[in-house]
Amino acid sequence: MSQNPEAAPPKPEAPLDAEPIRAVPVRHYGRWAAGLVILFLAFIVVRSVVTNDALHWPVVGEYLFDYRILQGLQNTLILTVISMVIGVVGGILLAIMRLSPNPLMSGAAAVYIWLFRGTPVLTQLVIWNFLALAYSRIGLGIPFGPTFISWDTNTLINLFTASLLGLGLNEAAYMAEIVRGGIQSVDGGQLEAASALGMKRTTTLRRIILPQAMRVIIPPTGNETISMLKTTSLVVAIGYFELMVAAQSIYSRNLQTVPLLIVAALWYLFLTSVLTVGQYFVEKYFARGTSREVVDRTKWGTRMFGFKAGQGGGGQGGGSTA
Amino acid sequence: MTPVVSAQRICKSFGRVEVLKGIDLEVHEREVLCLIGPSGSGKSTLLRCINHLEKIDAGRLYVDGELVGYRQRGDKLHELREKEIALQRKDIGMVFQRFNLFPHMTAVENVMEAPVQVRREPKAQARQRALELLERVGLGDKAFNYPGQLSGGQQQRVAIARALAMQPKLMLFDEPTSALDPELVGDVLGVMKQLAKDGMTMVVVTHEMQFAREVADTVLFMDGGVVVEKGPPEQVIGNPQHERTKSFLARVLNPNS
Repeated sequence: MSQNPEAAPPKPEAPLDAEPIRAVPVRHYGRWAAGLVILFLAFIVVRSVVTNDALHWPVVGEYLFDYRILQGLQNTLILTVISMVIGVVGGILLAIMRLSPNPLMSGAAAVYIWLFRGTPVLTQLVIWNFLALAYSRIGLGIPFGPTFISWDTNTLINLFTASLLGLGLNEAAYMAEIVRGGIQSVDGGQLEAASALGMKRTTTLRRIILPQAMRVIIPPTGNETISMLKTTSLVVAIGYFELMVAAQSIYSRNLQTVPLLIVAALWYLFLTSVLTVGQYFVEKYFARGTSREVVDRTKWGTRMFGFKAGQGGGGQGGGSTA
Repeated sequence: MTPVVSAQRICKSFGRVEVLKGIDLEVHEREVLCLIGPSGSGKSTLLRCINHLEKIDAGRLYVDGELVGYRQRGDKLHELREKEIALQRKDIGMVFQRFNLFPHMTAVENVMEAPVQVRREPKAQARQRALELLERVGLGDKAFNYPGQLSGGQQQRVAIARALAMQPKLMLFDEPTSALDPELVGDVLGVMKQLAKDGMTMVVVTHEMQFAREVADTVLFMDGGVVVEKGPPEQVIGNPQHERTKSFLARVLNPNS
């Protein structure tokens, strides 16, 4: 609009070659400077880690595959998997209850969530462990009537089951809210379309609503799983044996505290990385049908230096055209 | 012969707003009925009452001689269970303004879902029929695309195929072309015309006057929750008697004047 009259656009009839644009990329001097600072800091950290003798890297290597550590690792994995299964299944049930038209159903779910989210997991773990102090026997029977079968609480709830109950039931409360959010994110028209086709509520939920809710449910669930992996270390409080306890029991004897903490940290990091990769594939599966095409991300080299991806020129970047 | 749809004095309110104020309606086999009228006149609500997506407050509504949503015992009405309502709905196909395709399923999976889940058809057979139906709406080559990869007009034609897969006695269309780009409307209307020609009983809420004129056997003009005028298209659209019909048609047919 306010351009010089001389700078008129080329006449429309002038043949415009569809030649690809080879412009000089913008130089991001700020990015270069910030990048240098980061590289320098990284160098200092890495150097201190590698050269610090107090970290005892050979000891780390020695204990990385120690049978006690591996045993603890196995227990950590078992606890994580079973607790998450309890959490997810319980969460789905609670979410469905929470959305039920029956006010007592949704009320019960709300109270459960309130109770289990409102108290620390650590407290819950200890309560389950000491359940026998409150209820010495657990049995099946008719309320206020005869009991058919009963067990001593202490035989029924050992360290393992107490850990599972504490972690799994607490997780169910959080998962319930995640699942509810997912279900409510599905467009109401989907329910109508399914009803109009004559599908029943349960079929609609299973075939139409939940698969779509999954897209919203998966990312926070991945988060929860990773979080659970590390929360399992809280069973230390009731003396169950897992990765962290294994590390502690070793360093309490040989006093190699730092190397064994590094061993534990390395294993947690490794498992978290595996879970992250797994989550990526699960997300990709449930995202089917949602995007028209895969968006090609800009190469980091382009973002950092303004190089054009895929062009051989590299450092020159076509800067000498002028 | 019993009419496919028979409505007697049906009323419906949302809270204090009375949307339908005693509608009478009859649709016979192979008949195409177009509901026209300004937005908020209650035509979509009326359509949604026919398959019980909305509960009526008063009056009686029959589809194929069967009371919709209720069972009469003596002079008392009993609400039907959700399962029984589902059973009634499977004979009534519905096409929505916003398509409402299942986004996590391909076109062919969308079409075969209800036959497999509701009618317990074997998968291979349902797939075969779904592919034929997609062919029929001109989308044989899009069978394995997800809804997100299809244009609006293509999605709506998949939605029509999905409704047809249940072999309904009656098809309901709720403004099927209102969410489409103008150049895509023709494809969808073409499929609907063919459907009418093949003898499907149809109730269509539409703003496409040309379509109503060509395809409808009966046009029903609604305003403010009542039927203002009813008759063959050449009468209601061509030569409206009522003042309200005239002004509505003037606005729809010449939106710029």
